[in-house]
Amino acid sequence: MLAMNYRGPRRVRVDQKPYPEIKHPEDAIVRVTRSCICGSDLHLYNGNVPDTRVGSTFGHEFVGIIEEVGPAVDKVKVGDHVLVPFNVACGKCVFCQQGLYGNCHESNAQATAVGGIFGYSHTAGGYDGGQAEYVRVPYANFGPTVIPPDMDPDDAVLLTDVFPTGYQAAEMGGIQPGDTVVIFGAGPVGIMAAKSSWLFGAGRVIVIDEVNYRLEFVRDYAQCEVFNFREMDDPVVFIKKLTDWIGADVCIDAVGAEARGNVLQTITGRKTLLQAGSATVLHWAINSVRKGGTVSVVGVYGPTDNLVPIGNVVNKGITIRANQTAVKRHLPKLIDHIQSGRVSPKAIITHRVPLEEIADAYHIFSEKLDNCIKTVLIPPSARV
Amino acid sequence: MENLAAKYTHIPGWGIDADPKNDPTYPLKHHTDSEHDGYNWERPAQQSQDVEVLQSIERPSLPAVFGTTVAPQGLSGQLRRFAFKYSESHYGHWLPLLLADRVNMVEGLVDDLKQGHIPNIFAEKGWKAEWKHNPLGLVQKVATTALVTWAVVAFFSRKKDKA
Repeated sequence: MLAMNYRGPRRVRVDQKPYPEIKHPEDAIVRVTRSCICGSDLHLYNGNVPDTRVGSTFGHEFVGIIEEVGPAVDKVKVGDHVLVPFNVACGKCVFCQQGLYGNCHESNAQATAVGGIFGYSHTAGGYDGGQAEYVRVPYANFGPTVIPPDMDPDDAVLLTDVFPTGYQAAEMGGIQPGDTVVIFGAGPVGIMAAKSSWLFGAGRVIVIDEVNYRLEFVRDYAQCEVFNFREMDDPVVFIKKLTDWIGADVCIDAVGAEARGNVLQTITGRKTLLQAGSATVLHWAINSVRKGGTVSVVGVYGPTDNLVPIGNVVNKGITIRANQTAVKRHLPKLIDHIQSGRVSPKAIITHRVPLEEIADAYHIFSEKLDNCIKTVLIPPSARV
Repeated sequence: MENLAAKYTHIPGWGIDADPKNDPTYPLKHHTDSEHDGYNWERPAQQSQDVEVLQSIERPSLPAVFGTTVAPQGLSGQLRRFAFKYSESHYGHWLPLLLADRVNMVEGLVDDLKQGHIPNIFAEKGWKAEWKHNPLGLVQKVATTALVTWAVVAFFSRKKDKA
């Protein structure tokens, strides 16, 4: 089968790889029909996530058709078209029982901080991902969810990570009606966080980024205010001014380790890896939120240390909430939002690319060429 | 809330998920205290191990299910095995893993050549897309790289001549 093959920082290609095997009674094999490149794949692509092995296949956002199931699988069957949450979660362990599906304790041998994630390095469990024709999906009785018959697979594939992550960012912000929410990052997750903030009753939604075409998109898509941080002296002072010198009620970090905007953070976090990525956005979020406000973090950082103003967290009495998204928790509500027409995730897809052209697709997404917002990869077996 | 809703009629679904009781919100929302009982949940069946899987020393055993892709091998594999002697809170864990990743990149090149495959690095880096969508940028990158290479070579050649 064809599958993405990571060869080292910023080098990927498509190669023939062996068809995946059932390794556990609750496994399924899924034939991928759509797979996305996620902003967090760029941390892997740039070589910033420790234990990303050459020969790995990335891809944690995918939908597909069940081709084969293990003997203990009875919740889905061969032929079902399913969306597969990016978390590999058992649904039984103490953390899954609390809805912490991103923190499953029965899916990652290599690290205890995070549960298993498809195609996201050995630090996230060493699973092959969905940027391939076929993929092994463990815990098939729990994770895969049958796509409703009236749902476009393009919407479904964005329910595997992007929409739930944006939604959870807003939820973790504890947004109350009338709150001012500032979202850093106008990428796919930031866009969905802006849209979701309104669902929680935000009074004002402001998005900050440096890429004008993305700011224009989110302004129209999520009816929010947008500002380019390259056009301000100091984003923190700018936000204070915008909020009557009080600060935002909620700040959302929808960027993570690849943030630009601060030379020291860029050199130490992105270029030399002395930090676990650049913490520019987290820094801005902590300093822009009001006293007693909430910072919600869904941007991905590496597992070591970052320079953040923890003293101001104490001095301002800020609540910080963060987690990998528990996709399965959100699906009933988000499926309803799509079916009722409140939210159309597929509107953010700008590029549909054959799997064979994955190297170009990564480069376009990474460098934000051709006004790219979201890229969907289509395997050859899904094009016939 | 009703007054506010009137202000946002142009936003589809405004406030539909608003919940004054959303405090504490996720991830504390469904806290059960069951973790106080330790590893006492009904564990899924154990996957059998047919490849080498490195295990965090912060857990007592392998999880019920684990990934089996790209087992550790070669020099990078030795570095990874060394890293897993340390916990996730230790630089002794993460720095050898980052080093192993870079060593692994060279091993990947050697493996390609051993199999008679000369990797097309330009294609793997997506330069075709760069040429299509940002030709000026590509020309600038190539010119800058050529200039820096020429300057470095010239600097060391001059030093050698003087010696």
